[in-house]
Amino acid sequence: MIESFFVHLIPILIGTLGAATPLVFAGLGELVTEKTGVINLGVEGMMLIGAVAAFAAAVATEGNLAVGLMAGALAGALASLPFGILTLSLGANQAASGLALTIFGLGLSAFIGQGFVSYSLSGVKPIAIPLLSKIPLLGPVLFNQDIVVYLSFVTFGLVAWVLAKTRLGLVLRAVGESPEAAHSIGYPVTAIRYGAVLFGGAMAGIAGAYLSVVYTPLWVQNMTAGRGWIAVALVVFATWKPARLMLGAYLFGGVTILQLHAQGFGVAIPSQLLSALPYIATIVVLVLISRDRKLLQLNLPASLGKPFIAGG
Amino acid sequence: MPLLEPRANPSVVMQWAAPLIAIGLTLLVGALLFYSLHVSPLKAFYVFFIEPLETSNGWSELVLKASPLILIAQGLALGFRARIYNIGAEGQLLVGAICASGVAIYSNGAETWWVLPGMVIAGAIGGAFWGAIPAWLKTHFNAEETLTTLMLTYVATLLLSWLVSVPWRDPDGSNFPQSIMFNDSALFTLLFDGLRINTSVFITIAAVLIFWVFVSRSFTAFQISVGGQAPAAAHYAGFSSRKTVWLSLVISGLTAGIAGAGEVAGPVGQLTLSLSPGYGYAAIIVAWVGRLHPLGIVLSGILMAMIYIGGDAGQVSLQLPSAITGLFQGMLLFFLLGADAFVNYRLKRRKPRALIKEATA
Amino acid sequence: MTPMTNDSLAELAGKAASQTPVEPRLSLQHITKRYPGVVANDDVSLSVMPGEIHAVLGENGAGKSTLMKIIYGTVQADGGQLMWNGRETVVANPAAARALGIGMVFQHFSLFETLTVTENIALALDAPFDLKALAVRVKSVSEKYGLPLDPYRLVHSLSVGERQRVEIVRCLLQDPQLLILDEPTSVLTPQAVRKLFETLRQLASEGVSILYISHKLHEIKDLCDSATVMRGGRVTGHANPKQETTGSLARMMIGRDLPVCQSPDYTGNNNCALEVRNLSATSIDPFGVSLQDISLRVQRGEVVGIAGISGNGQAELLAVLSGEQTVGNDAVLLDDVPVGKLDAGQRRDLGLAFVPEERLGRGAVPAMSLANNAMLTAHRQAGMKHYGLLNYAATREFAKRCIERFDVRCNGAQSAARSLSGGNLQKFIVGREIMQSPKAMIVAQPTWGVDVGASAFLRQTLIDLSRSGVGVLVISEELDELFEICDRIAVLSEGKLSPAMPKEQTNAESIGLLMAGKAEKEVA
Repeated sequence: MIESFFVHLIPILIGTLGAATPLVFAGLGELVTEKTGVINLGVEGMMLIGAVAAFAAAVATEGNLAVGLMAGALAGALASLPFGILTLSLGANQAASGLALTIFGLGLSAFIGQGFVSYSLSGVKPIAIPLLSKIPLLGPVLFNQDIVVYLSFVTFGLVAWVLAKTRLGLVLRAVGESPEAAHSIGYPVTAIRYGAVLFGGAMAGIAGAYLSVVYTPLWVQNMTAGRGWIAVALVVFATWKPARLMLGAYLFGGVTILQLHAQGFGVAIPSQLLSALPYIATIVVLVLISRDRKLLQLNLPASLGKPFIAGG
Repeated sequence: MPLLEPRANPSVVMQWAAPLIAIGLTLLVGALLFYSLHVSPLKAFYVFFIEPLETSNGWSELVLKASPLILIAQGLALGFRARIYNIGAEGQLLVGAICASGVAIYSNGAETWWVLPGMVIAGAIGGAFWGAIPAWLKTHFNAEETLTTLMLTYVATLLLSWLVSVPWRDPDGSNFPQSIMFNDSALFTLLFDGLRINTSVFITIAAVLIFWVFVSRSFTAFQISVGGQAPAAAHYAGFSSRKTVWLSLVISGLTAGIAGAGEVAGPVGQLTLSLSPGYGYAAIIVAWVGRLHPLGIVLSGILMAMIYIGGDAGQVSLQLPSAITGLFQGMLLFFLLGADAFVNYRLKRRKPRALIKEATA
Repeated sequence: MTPMTNDSLAELAGKAASQTPVEPRLSLQHITKRYPGVVANDDVSLSVMPGEIHAVLGENGAGKSTLMKIIYGTVQADGGQLMWNGRETVVANPAAARALGIGMVFQHFSLFETLTVTENIALALDAPFDLKALAVRVKSVSEKYGLPLDPYRLVHSLSVGERQRVEIVRCLLQDPQLLILDEPTSVLTPQAVRKLFETLRQLASEGVSILYISHKLHEIKDLCDSATVMRGGRVTGHANPKQETTGSLARMMIGRDLPVCQSPDYTGNNNCALEVRNLSATSIDPFGVSLQDISLRVQRGEVVGIAGISGNGQAELLAVLSGEQTVGNDAVLLDDVPVGKLDAGQRRDLGLAFVPEERLGRGAVPAMSLANNAMLTAHRQAGMKHYGLLNYAATREFAKRCIERFDVRCNGAQSAARSLSGGNLQKFIVGREIMQSPKAMIVAQPTWGVDVGASAFLRQTLIDLSRSGVGVLVISEELDELFEICDRIAVLSEGKLSPAMPKEQTNAESIGLLMAGKAEKEVA
């Protein structure tokens, strides 16, 4: 009985990690960007551009994962640049600029991707970590994954450590809290925000790369299907804390996979409506976290969304 | 070293020059793009922007596409003035289309006068309802409308997909996910024989006039603008932010819903998965390029319709990828937002050389 | 970076005391800085000796802050020279300034609310990143100079006075040779000012030079060894403040005598215009202060002042009085009508006028014209709207009348609110509210950041308004101002309001004690 439970549970959990990984990367990137006071609603667009660039690079190198990831990161960072110029140097509205980036990314990725629609990649094999992968339940779930999943663990650790324990993290938080004060004691606010925006772009690019090179592994127009937006929502859900972001990402990965399995188990709900679950879950989660205004206000980077152009 | 310094008064000239600059830059980059695809830019622009207008059919298609864009953008612009970012007009359009189709399908082919008005009203209610959900979530739970409206668009798409695949699928439609074709009483009357343009454009024309009066003269629109530009000032004056949220989202949902009804009761003629080529998203750009002004939106709506039609024409005569439409849309918005910076800022004048020397000598 | 040892301090102090000519610590020569449309500093020269407390005196807009930003490297001068310890130096940025030994205490603190005291200090230090070691140093330095601080407290939980200590300690940890303080006493009680002066004198005796920016004449006379007076971006004189009178200093500062307000007697009926009864309210702001059992009466014909340092419930009290936050109906009465449950618009309909502290963004929409800004509250006047549609001609007419009557200097009713100077915008907002013939008017920080001329005009306007039979309530951090215009003064501290005392029966000293509340007492 228990064994058969595990037989079903383990593939679901393994799938959860895979489905969550793009959200982890994109969400961590957006979290860092938002920590400095900049909200980039262009995650979806940057993911798409990263996905198509990574796919193209991987196809060109016969499925080289490293090249694909790097191409994705680079493309994502490049895609974030116009957003950075608009919002940081020209003081444009962040919401509108992020939206423009998403629309642009949709168009650009579809444009570039048209030549790649018929290709497919072989995907990436999981790597079992000796000893650790033998732990019951946890082993196969956490330690028999593809390398990008491991990379997402490392990235989480790095981001959490930098934000909490280092001077760089303190500076990032300070800039998001009060760009005016940071400027007056001599920090180059705009340059720091550029860095955070580019980092967010690169991470979204990697998230897209994971989708097109590892997870699917195909290029399909608009293949992110709202994951970029879910990542933005997750940052709110996480109240700008990396550990909570991971939790949220795995929760969503779980919902996505459960919904697929439910279709397999023959649950009598139409598949289209089941597919709507992650989106509805996003709304529910947003509502649950946002209704506590004080909690949000206490954690929200105080300058989030407000343009800062240094005077003087 | 910052490049910009604020202007004391917003520049009126830049306010209206910005869209023109954005269009110019988009065309410039477009020319480079065509050039890199080994297509003569001049030829491409001809195919995109002139050729479609050489026939009466071209003009008909232009109006047919501009009409829903303008209608949706009117509603969106109202919300954008209040900084309420409804980016889910696409979903509200789809729900409007679904509700309108429901009337057409359940009226069972009745040849009576009320079917079409019923569809428009149902579409309006459906769209308004889909906009009211994020309004409720925002006013009661403080949930960001950008994210909720967008998530609801995905939900609407899947709802539509289920309806046309299961309960409303045309039994004689060889398993395609689409409803029955609607009969004449469920369709807008064509204005000219052989052209697809229909009487739904009058709804758009009426909407433009209503929004124009509303935005330029009404106290409610003034309150909405204050709420958008300075929320604390609205609070101070006692203008209700809840009212603004509800108005913005319900009205923009309503116009999108009517546009959705206009599609199923117009050129599409049935409920299908592909009933909107992204009008709800494109209307966001239309609203911005039109300066959130009811008349500006008419011009930008026509421009956006030309990009749509040009994209189709380019695909047919130049074998250009269809995605080029989306690319142009994104660039246009990018350039507009960039040019907009110069409404409130101006380039910083460099210091005279001599003074720099003096300061560092 | 090494901590300042007692030896090196003694050495410095010895230097300052000895008779051998010493080089100025800082000397500015012909500094000029232009902004579009204004010359902020025009040929400014001054010098500060080691151990000297040097005042830079001038009213709002005289160019003091720009000059300090140039010294601290936040702003670059267009022309002129800066000599540091006798050597010509370019201060490229604040980090360079700190490396030279220049510390700055900002008027609007450059602190981060959600970070701890130590984290805040670490951000401005160029030392290796070790928060634990730093916390120990913060504790020892803060105690040495009588500025006790808990290194692990979050800044948002500190009182304004404690925040200023953070800024000062932050500077002291960098072994400053020159300390700049920009209007440091605007947020302090008279008692806290004395403590600050003690600290500053101690520092000066150790050889630290101090640049003290202020417009408060008696403080400068009390503390400073020498003064540079500025007006309109230019130096109008150097003086020894101890040998000058406040009158002579004022003439150097504003070019004429300080204007004095006239408070005539009031003879009309003195019914209660605005009353607060046993009001308690929880703050909406997570960093806010809740109001506890507040009672207050403002009669027609009088100006009542509420003294206290911002952050003691001022914002919360204003929100509750204006109707931006609603409370129990009987907690607030306007002209004896309970209005606690009414929103801001409804209270205005009944004759309440309100001028907020924040002019741009709350009292006015920055990018909108004055005509449109008039509509924020004046839309309820007759003829402004019909059937929900606005009458723009009437709006412009209203704005024009307001501009003329209250001497608002601007380019007409169509100029954007943000294009006006602070004083002129405040005149417009006050005028807009007065023109609606209120029964009671609440004004927060009426002359904050406003030049002397406009301040005098605004103060007299408020007194005159009260004498026309309106109850006026003024909430201000400036004690001098309250004593000048108010008939009675109460103190708001930690969310509690003291009884309003007729001003003849109280003085700055006892008001200051009430302002300090319990937080300061604990530390002291």
